[in-house]
Amino acid sequence: MNLEGILAQATAMVVALVVAPLLTGWVNVCRAWLQGRSAPPLLQPFRALHKLFWKESVIAHGATPLFRLAPYVIFGCMLLASMIVPTLSTNLPLAPAADAIALVGLFALARVFISLAAMDIGTAFGSMGARREMLVGFLAEPAFLMVLFTASLLSDSTSLATIVTTLGHREFTILPSLALAGVAFVMVSLAENARVPVDNPATHLELTMIHEALVLEYSGRHLALLEWAAALKLFVYSCAGLALFFPWGVAQANHRTALALALPALIAKLAIGGFLLALIETVMAKMRIFRVPEFLATAFLLGVLALLVHQLLGA
Amino acid sequence: MIGSLLTIDAVLIVVAAWIVVGLAGIAAVRYPGFVAHGLFPLSAALSAALCGIALAALPGTPETAILAIGLPGLPFHLRLDALSSFFLFLVGIASAGISIFSAGYFRRGEGTPAGVMCMQYHVFLAAMAMVIVSDDAYAFMVCWESMALSSYFLVTTNHRIPEIQRAGYLYLLIAHIGAIAILLCFGVLQANTGDYTFANMRAQHLAPFWASCAFLLALFGFGAKAGVLPLHVWLPEAHPAAPSPVSALMSGVMLKTAIYGMLRVTFDLVSTPIWWWGVVALSLGLATAFFGVVFAAAQVDMKRLLAYSSIENIGLIVMAFGLAIVFRAYGMRSLAALAMTALLFHCINHALFKSLLFLGTGSVLHATNERSLGKLGGLMRFMPWVAWTALAGVIAAAGLPPSNGFASEWLLLQGFLFTGALPNPYLKMLVPLFAGGLVLVAALAAYVMVKFFGVIFLGRPREERLEQAQDAGRLERLGLAWLTAGCILLGLFPAAVIEAIDPIAFSLLGQGLAQGGRVGDWLMLAPVSAERASYSAPLVFALIVAIVLTTFLAVRRFYHGRVRRAAAWDCGTPFQTARMQDTAEGFGQPIRQIFEPFFRMRRELPSPADERPRYRVTIEDPMWAAIFVRIAAIIEWISGVVGTLQRGRISIYLLYSFVTLVALLLLTQA
Repeated sequence: MNLEGILAQATAMVVALVVAPLLTGWVNVCRAWLQGRSAPPLLQPFRALHKLFWKESVIAHGATPLFRLAPYVIFGCMLLASMIVPTLSTNLPLAPAADAIALVGLFALARVFISLAAMDIGTAFGSMGARREMLVGFLAEPAFLMVLFTASLLSDSTSLATIVTTLGHREFTILPSLALAGVAFVMVSLAENARVPVDNPATHLELTMIHEALVLEYSGRHLALLEWAAALKLFVYSCAGLALFFPWGVAQANHRTALALALPALIAKLAIGGFLLALIETVMAKMRIFRVPEFLATAFLLGVLALLVHQLLGA
Repeated sequence: MIGSLLTIDAVLIVVAAWIVVGLAGIAAVRYPGFVAHGLFPLSAALSAALCGIALAALPGTPETAILAIGLPGLPFHLRLDALSSFFLFLVGIASAGISIFSAGYFRRGEGTPAGVMCMQYHVFLAAMAMVIVSDDAYAFMVCWESMALSSYFLVTTNHRIPEIQRAGYLYLLIAHIGAIAILLCFGVLQANTGDYTFANMRAQHLAPFWASCAFLLALFGFGAKAGVLPLHVWLPEAHPAAPSPVSALMSGVMLKTAIYGMLRVTFDLVSTPIWWWGVVALSLGLATAFFGVVFAAAQVDMKRLLAYSSIENIGLIVMAFGLAIVFRAYGMRSLAALAMTALLFHCINHALFKSLLFLGTGSVLHATNERSLGKLGGLMRFMPWVAWTALAGVIAAAGLPPSNGFASEWLLLQGFLFTGALPNPYLKMLVPLFAGGLVLVAALAAYVMVKFFGVIFLGRPREERLEQAQDAGRLERLGLAWLTAGCILLGLFPAAVIEAIDPIAFSLLGQGLAQGGRVGDWLMLAPVSAERASYSAPLVFALIVAIVLTTFLAVRRFYHGRVRRAAAWDCGTPFQTARMQDTAEGFGQPIRQIFEPFFRMRRELPSPADERPRYRVTIEDPMWAAIFVRIAAIIEWISGVVGTLQRGRISIYLLYSFVTLVALLLLTQA
């Protein structure tokens, strides 16, 4: 561990904390444009966070300490996840602490905590949200792992840094296994980030919500942490996708110049990705909850297919 | 002679002491207080001692002993090597927690007097330990049967309840079907030499056909004990029937003796596995794991849910077993060592977290007299000790980082991922598919565990009387804390665990994972190489804790920490009751719907015109109807046919004898 490494790690963390709400804001701006509404300011998520942090936390009678602990744990999981995904540089001192499988494990830990916290108060919506979240999770998690496995087999490693280094050094060809994995990845990230065909981030219509039902009882700083964690999750997923499928531009050496160049590259890629996400959300309709398992099973099977294609063709 | 005391003698002393404790229980049957608070803690201390002895014996050379008990000319051959030391350690560490918990739990006694239970319990413990150190088929079978019988009596502790009698009978029946297969397996392994010592079996080189016979018999026989499909049916019946510490012991420890048997036969006695055995084990393991987890998600009885979850975990272990066979058969010893390490690691993890969860249900059962998930809820407020320790168990069972359950599943996945060097192209395609099935099972396990914890401990109490629930007593807390500490320590320092169990892989496969070097330091686990894969449980844990603390302090520094208590918001619903929460059936509904073809469901759905609408769904195991009911029908048919011979008249029977005699005479003439 050297100074450059610590610098890269610290930069990655600060960038994640700052860029994540910006990405959420940018998606909202794009969606407003595409839907012909006047857009909220780009910094709106920060204002919302600031406002929420100032508000007092209203907690239901009978809530256990688990309920108050959960937002911190979830925020911790997401921030840790953002520290191990190579966003700007592959030279992260903390990256060896967790590989691709552990990354999925961190998401699962956060999911279990939010579901348990939602069940804690004992409201109808809370337990319904927990059940739906776990339903989405148990299908999305294996699908995401299949995508990561495909990339792991391509680079003979489950370490994210090694995957990005290997994939970043190959010439630009579309590998059939990666193409299938890419489709699966998009489907999974829509589901995991509570986006439109699966969930609607803007809804408070009782019967359709998943993520909103989970955080229904939270307010004040706890809600702020959960919202920030959700933004971080979108950011981490986007970065993981960019790292797997468009790894060009991620700094692979200990140069401050490379690091400095990586940031604009990342922001440009995220801007395009965010716009595409808003486009998907605008042109697609939300599915019925009963269709979600089919949607995710498709993603899982595509992931498995990607793995098989890799084994068959070696590509 | 003290100077020449071998480690195996120390093990035998512990076993003998257990028997003495059991006899003392019989003697003190009138003093249940002494049995509970005197004998069980003593037994826990013996378990802890066994733990230490086994740990010391793990890296050592194998030791043998001959115990002159039993039939004349047929002494018990005993042997303590790395594999048996590991499983003795597992017995010790889990039973130490369970025994100390039992000291609190059995103070009231159940259907059987505490003193008698104490006897059965310690015979069970001693038999499990002896199974593991046996070195000939005769000793093995005697101990195996003592284990089955003593656990049968423990299962039927509340023997006046008809369902429990039925569960016990089913358990005994399947245990014996398995035992016959194991006996036949040893018969094949001795290869007509008439010498039933394991040393002789190791020396034999069986033809592939006979070796395969032995393997399949072992898989069937030990699978019956472990709960491998389709012989798993006794598990969800026997575990809920038994008192909770006994369920913990059976699920956490006894199932592992079956795994021990599989390993002993396949890697030690046969020693040259064939690749397709691995495919059989992988397929059977995946089917078992998947079936177990899907059924666990649909259960509404907390102990039955855990029993199905045990089936799932056994499935995962059998998958690792299959993977190890495949790699071993192709001579890829370091990868076989990886799979073997994952297998052993998962065995001990499951022993700890499943015992912990079963003990937790025991405390809940004592506090509420309720096993049905639909009538529990909100117990975290009234039983914080049980709830928080159960949470640790749930996180481990769901395989979440940084728990021990995650560490072993991580290792197993590493084994599944790096199969590119396999020479067989079909296997190369198949193994990643198994990896896909494995992650699906692991993700479903999280669903099951959220259901288990959420419905029992979170939400509002579904019955009013739950608010009087008492937390576990002092000794029970000690037992729970012991197992929780085990889960946490094994989770945080996986590299140390792997190094400790490396001699086993070395002795069975000829190559360990560490291979003279290290699998990383205490901080970083890197089984193959740091570029390929690494995981650091202490770092993940420390970072999450650091972020949580920093955030907690920063929010208070820059903003404030004010909190107001109010009624739950619930989208403004003005009137809320505990009945509005998800029931256990409701929480499992998506799984029932997605995997509908797996279940045999009977539903009662109300029509809109019903005066008293009633919704009911009962779930049955399809294996019953598909296999067991049919076999029973065939046996009944055969007995019917044979029964026609019996006329009940002496003249007819004399005629039979006459005909037989004539037939025999004709045969000897020819």
